[in-house]
Amino acid sequence: MNAKTQPTPGALALDLQDERLQDRTGLRGQYKAFVDRTRSGDLGVLPVIGGLIVIWTVLQILNPIFLSPANLVNLAMESSAVGIIALGIVSVLLVAQIDLSVGSVSGLAAAVVAVTSVNMGWPVWLVILATVGLGAAIGWVYGQIFNRFGVPSFVITLAGLLGFLGLQLYTLGARGSINLPFDSPLVYFAQLAFVPLWLSYILVAAAAAGLFATDYFHARARKHAGLSAMSLQNMALRAVLLLVALGVAAWYLNQSRGVGWMFVLFIALTLILNYLLKRTQWGRSVYAVGGNPEAARRAGINVKAIYTSVFITCSTLAAVGGLLGAARLAAANQGSGTGDVNLNAIAAAVIGGTSLFGGRGSAFAAILGIIVIQSISSGLTLLNMDSSFRFMVTGVVLLLAVMLDSVARRSRTSHGRA
Amino acid sequence: MSSQLTASAGSPQLLTLRGINKSFGAVAALMDIELDVAEGEVVAIVGDNGAGKSTLVKVLAGVHSPDSGTITFEGQEVSIPSPAAAQHLGIATVFQDLALCDNLTVVDNLFLGRELSPLRLNEVAMEVRAWELLKQLSAKIPSVRTQIASLSGGQRQTVAIARSLLGDPKIVILDEPTAALGVAQTAEVLNLVERLRERGHGVIMISHNMADVQAVADRVVVLRLGRNNGDFRVKDVSTEELIAAITGASDNVVTRRSAARSTSEETHTS
Repeated sequence: MNAKTQPTPGALALDLQDERLQDRTGLRGQYKAFVDRTRSGDLGVLPVIGGLIVIWTVLQILNPIFLSPANLVNLAMESSAVGIIALGIVSVLLVAQIDLSVGSVSGLAAAVVAVTSVNMGWPVWLVILATVGLGAAIGWVYGQIFNRFGVPSFVITLAGLLGFLGLQLYTLGARGSINLPFDSPLVYFAQLAFVPLWLSYILVAAAAAGLFATDYFHARARKHAGLSAMSLQNMALRAVLLLVALGVAAWYLNQSRGVGWMFVLFIALTLILNYLLKRTQWGRSVYAVGGNPEAARRAGINVKAIYTSVFITCSTLAAVGGLLGAARLAAANQGSGTGDVNLNAIAAAVIGGTSLFGGRGSAFAAILGIIVIQSISSGLTLLNMDSSFRFMVTGVVLLLAVMLDSVARRSRTSHGRA
Repeated sequence: MSSQLTASAGSPQLLTLRGINKSFGAVAALMDIELDVAEGEVVAIVGDNGAGKSTLVKVLAGVHSPDSGTITFEGQEVSIPSPAAAQHLGIATVFQDLALCDNLTVVDNLFLGRELSPLRLNEVAMEVRAWELLKQLSAKIPSVRTQIASLSGGQRQTVAIARSLLGDPKIVILDEPTAALGVAQTAEVLNLVERLRERGHGVIMISHNMADVQAVADRVVVLRLGRNNGDFRVKDVSTEELIAAITGASDNVVTRRSAARSTSEETHTS
């Protein structure tokens, strides 16, 4: 077994030497592996992509404006605030807990933004800092109650839902609605700040180049260590696919107002969360706690700290979502964060493929899920259907997503996948 | 108590327990337990169900804290308040339920809690290290990038034992390591235990299987109903003596049964 020290040409890589392994190298092998995974119930993003195609086709047939650049620009902007909240939900679901209070926390954050910036005249940076700090503090309190008293997160956050809604109403005072001035940088950012044409294409190219570089250096390190690595052809294909997909999207959105900076912020937060979950010890611990908390504890992971950190992440992102929601609306009122915000955020995470049973899912679930939810919402609004229909359709889609998750989970169990 | 038996062995003591007590409510699980483990020594702990073996392991692994008693590790009196503290001291435990995360891969599980470069996981180095380790144990695992959920019982046991070795522990505790294994894999685990001894690790092995204990252990400590009930050198003790110590007095269901059989044989022959 000298494959590790001297990778001779023709010798099998260190990780491919077992005779029971079937050939899964190259594009053909990858396709086969993908089919295997899907059939055993590891569906990944397949259902949500399929669902999105169906929803977009139907809505486009019903109303030709739906897929117009102007509407899609709007859709991306509308998705961002709730999408950022959904990112937090993803991290909580990964440890098999739930936060039902994200809507109220975002509403409270909106109220705090309005009161501090309008009534008290705080500078923007201080407003942002206060809002983010408030979210983190709420998450910390949840974590303490959860760890010390063992109250189920479902109940803690249900209490939070009611409590913070009350605090939001109290903060807003008797008038119940505070408008943000239109010259506020926050409002500008959420309504009018778009990426310049040239910069949008540079960002697209940078993303593709970044993917290629990551793949390339990863493959080089693996080859160096005598492990199997992705082929150059494969890497190039991935990068080109990303380049084309993002390029077309950017070009199409640029036909109208373009890509909003708020949407870019949402993507950036998603990438950061993805990095934290997939490439750091913290993220690995989050998945471990979601899969088997007792095993995680015995492995020396501070499980309580992981729970607390995840609740903080969720509440903080909820507060950021509330801040952006208030900025987008240019107001905070008694309705901020109420209604469907809560359920949309949770539905987005689940529809995007995050398991309610913990330990499965990724940050990208939030993007895909929220685009599905917002598409339904936007499409039904274009069809002049009011929120009653929107609630019903979103409810059905959420139920379908959870049913799919449950069936896929059963299939995974019988195929020996967790 | 014959704890001086080990002092004659000459190797330095790694771990010494004195007067360990642990109760769960009204049930006293451990009473006044003594245990010694030296470097390069394999100590088997045997006992019937409910004898306190698992509780003792959990005390050493930092899962339970003892109510009273002292733990001396490498000459220093220590407390083991958490699993992390046990790991830090150099006590690695492989539990009977293995404590693996089904949703993570073999590599992820091996390095869980001690990933290389925490802020930018070094997946390549971890994977190479995992392969090297599994090869040393001649483990039959097709790919270290498969999820634990898709492995067999024996493969999971191998992963769990391999994981315990990663931190280069001074003492490895194996809780029923051969309970779920086939013939070849049992032999493999026993070989592995001997390799651990050669490398100078202290090994504490809990087992119900007298054949395994006598095949690999240097010393056998018997627990009965939460108390020490004998400390034997393996080469000086017979299976019958061990069973007598495990089941208690000579008057019990096992001895009565064998006595009844021998008397009936005598009556047949006469």
